[in-house]
Amino acid sequence: MLIYERNSLVDEIVDLTVEYGKERSALLPILQTLQLRHKCISDFAQQEVARQLSIHPVEVYSVISFYTFLHPESQGRNIVRLCQTISCDLAGKCYLVKAIERELGIKFGQTTKDKRIKLEFTNCLGMCDQGPAMVINERVFTKVTPERAVAILNEVK
Amino acid sequence: MNSKTESRAPVSQQALRVQQPFDSSQIGAMVTIEINEKKMQVPLGTTILEACAQNQVQIPTLCHHKDLCTAGVCRICVVEVDSMKTLQAACAFPITQQIKIKTSTEKVRKARRHIIDLLLSEHYGECYTCVRNKNCELRSLASEYGVDGFTFGHPEKRKHDIDKSSFSVMRDMDKCVLCRRCVRTCIDLQEVGVLEAVGRGDQTHITTFMGKPLSEVICINCGQCVNRCPTGALYTNDPSDDIWRAIDDKKKHVVIQTAPSPRAAICEEFGMAAGTSLTGELNTALRRIGFDRVFDTNFAADLTIMEEGTELLNRLKSVVVDKDTSVKLPQFTSCSPGWVKFIEHFYPEYLDHLSTAKSPQQMFGAVTKTFYAQEYNINPEDIVTVAVMPCSAKKFECNRPEMDSSGFKDVDYGLTTRELAKMIKEGGIFLPEMPKSGFDDPFGEASGAGLIFGATGGVMEAALRTAYELVTGREVPFEKLRIEACRGFEGIKQASVKLKNCVPDYTFLEGVDLKFIVAHGTANARQVMEMLKAGELNDVHFIEIMACPGGCLGGGGQPIPTSPEIRKKRAEAIYAEDESMTIRKSHENPRIKYIYEKFLTDGPCGHKSHKLLHTHYTKRGNFIV
Repeated sequence: MLIYERNSLVDEIVDLTVEYGKERSALLPILQTLQLRHKCISDFAQQEVARQLSIHPVEVYSVISFYTFLHPESQGRNIVRLCQTISCDLAGKCYLVKAIERELGIKFGQTTKDKRIKLEFTNCLGMCDQGPAMVINERVFTKVTPERAVAILNEVK
Repeated sequence: MNSKTESRAPVSQQALRVQQPFDSSQIGAMVTIEINEKKMQVPLGTTILEACAQNQVQIPTLCHHKDLCTAGVCRICVVEVDSMKTLQAACAFPITQQIKIKTSTEKVRKARRHIIDLLLSEHYGECYTCVRNKNCELRSLASEYGVDGFTFGHPEKRKHDIDKSSFSVMRDMDKCVLCRRCVRTCIDLQEVGVLEAVGRGDQTHITTFMGKPLSEVICINCGQCVNRCPTGALYTNDPSDDIWRAIDDKKKHVVIQTAPSPRAAICEEFGMAAGTSLTGELNTALRRIGFDRVFDTNFAADLTIMEEGTELLNRLKSVVVDKDTSVKLPQFTSCSPGWVKFIEHFYPEYLDHLSTAKSPQQMFGAVTKTFYAQEYNINPEDIVTVAVMPCSAKKFECNRPEMDSSGFKDVDYGLTTRELAKMIKEGGIFLPEMPKSGFDDPFGEASGAGLIFGATGGVMEAALRTAYELVTGREVPFEKLRIEACRGFEGIKQASVKLKNCVPDYTFLEGVDLKFIVAHGTANARQVMEMLKAGELNDVHFIEIMACPGGCLGGGGQPIPTSPEIRKKRAEAIYAEDESMTIRKSHENPRIKYIYEKFLTDGPCGHKSHKLLHTHYTKRGNFIV
């Protein structure tokens, strides 16, 4: 990491502590914001967060490892999560899986070569009445058909 | 606490509530409870585990430890509580109302056996190749609870590699039972923060920051986690095979130095109660094993006092007389390698405060390979120095690259109390039955001041005995030289000694109130450092810090288990041995006088001693690359 990148990251984390405070409870909102902005929380960022909140770096790492939406390394620019729970399964998840995998040429759990999309299964999204459901980054798509899934994925940058 | 009584949920789904709401005015009151149909009274807020222990009811524990906070994760201590649907963890259940507890019903016994079975289904490794074979808590639980097979299977392949990167502490995470004692030790007790539970559900494992090897993170090697691990997941790096090889090699001259704490604790490894010193027996045993010379580390401790005490007086002189601002006060002791690495990592900007004197172990190594080799005409290349220490960080210390002032590696191997006990057993010796014998010349004579280095406050007490006498020409004004202000297990102790009627050389100290602080455990050290940062300690002159709770006698290489009571017993043994000594002040040790006459001719902190007995430190910082 270059020095100026580090410095700007430190400034960013300091700003976040101003916004969320320096209590232990500020850890999660800070991590979520960093994840949203940088697609990952690098080891440098983890240590800086720990320093700002006066906790141990390993505690920050422990929290990140606990939550599947937080990552120490970048997984890809966009993360596509498909609900794998039973109602979405009944609503035709398997057709979606086939269509998406064929379209992108990768399996679920993998990232495309250009790091554009990472495919993942997720557990229930609470959209059981509108399945199959899919989340791309922060946005939920419901009643996805294979055709629509391919169209959506082609629009993802 | 207002509890909502009307709930639409079915009874089985309702949250359990304390029937008699907790009344804060009752704090300190007694509650009548029933354990296994026997009525008794306990103070409000006592946990079931404590209540049972007070009433001779045994409850097995795994994650519970007297030094640590409650975790309640292993569930092995479950008991049946009436009015509770499920079994409750005894260690995490404070008694707030009249309850009836049953500790060994069928339900409880079955649950405990299941828990042990489940732990074993994840516990890779064979007991007979394990370092903790004889005092593994999981193993003894399995035998106590009649586990006679692997009901839920047994892993056949390793999931994690053994982390052997550190000089001191090894991690075999396949033996981990996730009790989190090491995590609580590292984060709460020592406030170092190296180990933490990572992952979720069945993926949970204990690891370091980003899963890095232990040598690359900010571990201070104190080994407190090793002392508290219930299984063989954490252990120290054992050099005993190399030492045996050196002993068997006829060309090598193997010398061993024994520190005060192992002598006061090694009895525990041979089934004796804590608090018996086996110094004489240990000397005989070491000779029978094959060590060529058995020396006393206390001699080097006396040497440390001379160097460190002189350094303090020199610093005081520079500050008071010469008004030199580059000289820093308070001066910190540097005997504890865990503490040295702690300050290098967390407070590198205060390294100037740390005494440059080496620890007794390293001074000994340096003197052995120079003075002793010269005096007895032995090629220093053939000398192998072994140090028996209560400490795992000493293994790291002797491997520091700067520790070669004799021209060779000053101390070749650091051996812990546990490993030495193993070697003695391997040598076919039952230690308590050995005849007593003394130490070998020329480093055989030591003072009681060197001996009490083993307990927290000992270095301070020893330094005061010498420094006070050097400055005023009189003994410290305490009965039987007991400086009570230094003793005891309080986290941070602060006291002062007034210097009056000084000898001509030290008139600049006339009327000075010599203030000192004693702290043990790095959590307390951190507190002291924060006080120093805030400028609250500007008038303090000398600070002793030991990395381990209780000082060296609670070190990471000492017999397992450890608890406040055991440490107290060990301290009593050390102080009793001190009072039985004839020489109780470092500067009165004839061997110390001799070495300053013969070898270190320019006196304490002179040129030669600076070269051999002093060191420098590295600003490590706490950034993990």
